[in-house]
Amino acid sequence: MTEELEELDLRGEVCPYTFVKTKLRLEELDSGQDLTILLDDSAATANVSKSLKSEGHEILNLKAISGGVWQIVVKKA
Amino acid sequence: MLGSFTDEQIRRYSRQIILPEVGGKGQKRLLASRVLVVGAGGLGSSAIAYLAAAGVGTLGIVDNDLVEVSNLQRQIIHGGNIGLSKAKSAENFVRSLNSDVDVITYQERFSANNARELIQEYDFVVDGSDNFPTHYLINDASVLEKKPCSHGSILRYEGYVTTLKPRGPCYRCIFKTPPPPGLIPSCQEAGVFGILPGIIGTIQASEALKFILGIGEPLMGRLLCINTLDMTFYEAACEKRKDCAICGDQPKITRIEQNNYRENITEECGL
Repeated sequence: MTEELEELDLRGEVCPYTFVKTKLRLEELDSGQDLTILLDDSAATANVSKSLKSEGHEILNLKAISGGVWQIVVKKA
Repeated sequence: MLGSFTDEQIRRYSRQIILPEVGGKGQKRLLASRVLVVGAGGLGSSAIAYLAAAGVGTLGIVDNDLVEVSNLQRQIIHGGNIGLSKAKSAENFVRSLNSDVDVITYQERFSANNARELIQEYDFVVDGSDNFPTHYLINDASVLEKKPCSHGSILRYEGYVTTLKPRGPCYRCIFKTPPPPGLIPSCQEAGVFGILPGIIGTIQASEALKFILGIGEPLMGRLLCINTLDMTFYEAACEKRKDCAICGDQPKITRIEQNNYRENITEECGL
C-alpha cells in the first residue's frame, strides 16, 4: 500500500460542512488510505470524529496541535 | 472544489450528501440523471419541485395547458403565472429554485405521436397526467422503451400511487381496461383536496430519486392507496399478468397506435 499524505484543511469551516467536505474527500481515496484533517473548532472536531466512526472509518489519531487547531488522522474503511 | 462540486453545491446538497446511502457519488448520479414529468398540474407541481430541489440534472416537462386561477388551490408552483403556459411556468419555478437543473419544456400534448420519442430520452418517467387514455399511453410507451414509471391518480380525498416496472407489473397488469366512460367523475365534478396531489406527487418524486440512486425498496408490485380524510395508507399487492396486453408473454400491443388511446374515452380527473 502506498502511504501518500492526504490532507484536508477545514479551518474556518463550520458544521455540517466540515463533515460533508471530509466525506467528499474520503470518497476520492482508496480503502485503507489515510487522511489528515485540520479543524479549528473543538465541537466540529468531536462531530467529525463521531460521524467518521459511525460510517465505519478508523480514527488513527486525534490531537490538539498549536493555537486552537485540532488534527484528526483517519483511515478510510 | 471537492469531488468536482462547487462550494455552493456542497452547501445546497449537504443534507443529502451526508446521508450514508447518497454521498457525493449519489449526488453526482442525480446531477447526471434525466427525469420526464408528464403533466405540470397537481401531481407534477410537487414532483417537479422536489426533483429540482434534489438536483436532478435534467427535467423534461410536458404540458400544453395554461395556468388558471382555479389551479392554484393545489398546483403550487404556478403562483403569479396565470395565463402563462404551465410548462413555462414550471420552468421559471425550477430556475429560481436550482440553477443546476436543465429544464426542457414541451408545450405540447403527450400523444401517440411523441410518446416514445420523449420517453426514450429519459431515465425515469413521472406520470402526472389526468386522464385514462394518457395513463395507458405513458404506460405502454414506458414498457416499450423499457423505462420505469411512477403512476399516480387522485380524486376527492383519495389517491393511489405505484411504480411500474417495464417487465411488469405494469399499469395494464393492475388495471386491465379503463373504466366505462362516465363511471369515474372528474375532479372538476367531484373536487379534490389540495394537499392530496402534494402527497402523491412527492411520493412519485421519491420513487424517481430512489431509482436513480439505486437505494431502498421501490414501490413496484405494490399499489399504495391513500385516504386523506381518514388518513389511512394501505397497500395492495399486484402481480404481473402473464396475459398482459403489453408486458405479457405474448403481447398484443407491440407499438403505439393512436386508436388505442382515443380522446374522450373518459376524463378521470382534471387535476
